[in-house]
Amino acid sequence: MSRLEELLRNAFPEATELNVVDRTGTGDHFHVTVKSARFEELSLLEQHRLVNQALAEPLADGTIHELRITTRGS
Amino acid sequence: MEELRGKIQTVIEGEPVALFMKGTPEMVMCGNSMRALEALRRAGAPVTAVDILPDPAIRQELSALSGWPTIPQVFVRGELIGGADVVEELEASGELVQKLEHTLGPDYRDGRAEKTAAVI
Repeated sequence: MSRLEELLRNAFPEATELNVVDRTGTGDHFHVTVKSARFEELSLLEQHRLVNQALAEPLADGTIHELRITTRGS
Repeated sequence: MEELRGKIQTVIEGEPVALFMKGTPEMVMCGNSMRALEALRRAGAPVTAVDILPDPAIRQELSALSGWPTIPQVFVRGELIGGADVVEELEASGELVQKLEHTLGPDYRDGRAEKTAAVI
């Protein structure tokens, strides 16, 4: 499991879908998809904020150069 | 640093629609910044763009203010709307236009012109 996937699984253990795609194969441009019932009551901004928080470390240390996020309620 | 933060805050609060991006609308330096700009253009938003590339401190201060870690960042009358993905989704669902109409008034498209602002 990649570091990003591990961080997301820890943050969203309830997720019914969780996907990390290395878009360029270079380990720095990612598209993450998280489907979770937790998102249902949240605005899109708040949903993405939770994903950003889960990935705060790789965002801060430069591992993630570009991040695309797709979130869905269940 | 205090001065820089103040200037960023002035743009966020003073401009109808502020887009903090990598590059300028004429020369966009990042795919996500381009996606946000294009979504705003489709919605007819009066964009004021700020290039964060001239100094890493701009991004640091901006993220400290907004609590949002990545670039681009879009604000409507001081309120963080989101990054490229959120803005794109809200545009596609029609919610971005609703938000602009609600916050800026139904005539928000009138006399719109893209402009840039510098904070440094």
